[in-house]
Amino acid sequence: MKLGPWRRLAALAAAASLVTLIAAPALAQAPTPPTPNKGDTAWMLTASALVLLMTVPGLALFYGGLVRTKNMLSMLMQVFFTVCIICIIWVIYGYSLAFSEGGAFNAFVGGFSKAFLAGITPDTNADTFSHGVVIPEYVYICFQMTFAAITPAIIVGSMAERMKFSAIVLFIPLWATFVYFPIAHMVWYWAGPSATVQAAKALAAAAPDAKATAQAAVDAVAANAGLAFQWGAIDFAGGTVVHINSGIAGFMGALLVGKRVGFGREAMPPHSLTMTLVGAALLWVGWFGFNAGSALEANGTAALAMLNTFVATAAAALAWMLAEKFAKGKPSLLGGASGAVAGLVAVTPASGYAGPMGALVLGVLAGMACMFMCSAVKNAMGYDDALDVFGVHCIGGIIGAIGTGILAAPSLGGTGIFDYAAGKVADYDMTGQVITQAKTVCLTLVWSGVGAAILFTIVKALVGLRPGTDHEREGLDLVDHGERAYNY
Amino acid sequence: MKLVTAIIKPFKLEEVRSALTDLGLQGMTVTEVKGYGRQKGHTEIYRGAEYAVNFLPKVKIEVVVPSATVDKAVEAIIGSARTGQIGDGKIFVSAVDHAVRVRTGETDDSAI
Repeated sequence: MKLGPWRRLAALAAAASLVTLIAAPALAQAPTPPTPNKGDTAWMLTASALVLLMTVPGLALFYGGLVRTKNMLSMLMQVFFTVCIICIIWVIYGYSLAFSEGGAFNAFVGGFSKAFLAGITPDTNADTFSHGVVIPEYVYICFQMTFAAITPAIIVGSMAERMKFSAIVLFIPLWATFVYFPIAHMVWYWAGPSATVQAAKALAAAAPDAKATAQAAVDAVAANAGLAFQWGAIDFAGGTVVHINSGIAGFMGALLVGKRVGFGREAMPPHSLTMTLVGAALLWVGWFGFNAGSALEANGTAALAMLNTFVATAAAALAWMLAEKFAKGKPSLLGGASGAVAGLVAVTPASGYAGPMGALVLGVLAGMACMFMCSAVKNAMGYDDALDVFGVHCIGGIIGAIGTGILAAPSLGGTGIFDYAAGKVADYDMTGQVITQAKTVCLTLVWSGVGAAILFTIVKALVGLRPGTDHEREGLDLVDHGERAYNY
Repeated sequence: MKLVTAIIKPFKLEEVRSALTDLGLQGMTVTEVKGYGRQKGHTEIYRGAEYAVNFLPKVKIEVVVPSATVDKAVEAIIGSARTGQIGDGKIFVSAVDHAVRVRTGETDDSAI
């Protein structure tokens, strides 16, 4: 994000320091460009690796355990493939589409100015959320790459056990290109604190007759952001960008690919809840990188996000188990693991904004609501969202996104929203924020829902979505990959 | 010679084995099987989905005994495999015409 200004600034500062040395000690206050803090850099390197751990092996095992033995390997493969292809797309054009200035379409998507990571070196830096604090841009690219990788990997759970690998291979890059990168740009791209603060200072210092020019500069900086960011939407670690986005795409996939052969007539129990718990636990651990890493610095906000990621997850797991105890008579391990993931999803957008008690409430709500969606509502509607991507990620994400608008309020123990121009936490308008959050939820649902439906239709026309019935009965492991997950 | 086929609850296997060993029987063949009788199945719930599991895991023991010992063997299995709950299993006894020990070529009673 936003490196151009820094590089120019670096050149200016170098020139200024020469002048200072030679002629004018009084100018010693000329701003020097910030350098990355080693602690911040070390933490963000670690956080990036943790987020990869969420996907492989975390999500792969979580999903793999939930399918039947004959499809275990296909599940692992689909997630693993997704990570690999997204890493490549990301460095070629994905990062640029998500996090560069997009010209006329800047509200919706970035441009190609950073395609092939052009112009980025170990010395270029990216802004964090504090004025004057930066991290190396390469770390930022890695960190955001892991987000781009896990999001489409979440989708494949909806169509588990019945979508051809060739269809996955086509769909994943298309969806990342036309849905993920634009949504990430709309929600997360902005000019950064440095440009915002500089423009605001210039406005304050401007002579009365120059106020109009300075105000125009402030407006230009504010306008250099994605659509949802300009609305004022807050999404700390990706409730909309990652979870609502993938959840609704998965729902569309489940509808368009159709139900599994034998759905509702044959038993399709998970083949290994041991794997599923191992996967869920790895997701939880990796999620500390996801949420706390989204602070982009090793600071108190990161610590708040980490604490919230403990509290909401535990609360949601307990809430799901308790709801099951009352509804079905027995609390289940799968319920606990599902509840934990629902809590992680819901706290994602709120993790750096809500207080720990807010996160607790959010977790309880998410655990109960997602349990209701995955059992009562899904059974009543009869769709085959095989691994409950919609019920957990989309619904949990919506609860989190809306809940963030409420729980960020300082009156409820939240942090409020920092006003960079004023240099302090702004007055909090809860109603306005909830409306903004809801608008962003709708934007994501429509963009990703419609986008996924179109892309699945294209893929269906090109290679088809489903294997033949016999092949599906035999299992995707042998049919698509010529291997079995287990040979004993 | 008689073939005693007993289908029992898996966790009772060790007790049945030691009861038969106490009678002086020197071998048996064990298979993991699935099936149902009067117990029918049970219900499992995964997230919202309820499955009626009709075939329950059982262990099938096959042991060939001299005709004179067959009643004691059946009693030993009953005594060690019974829990009193539905699903304890069944015992079938059938005749065996001939037996050979592969290594030595011994036949019938001396082969078992």
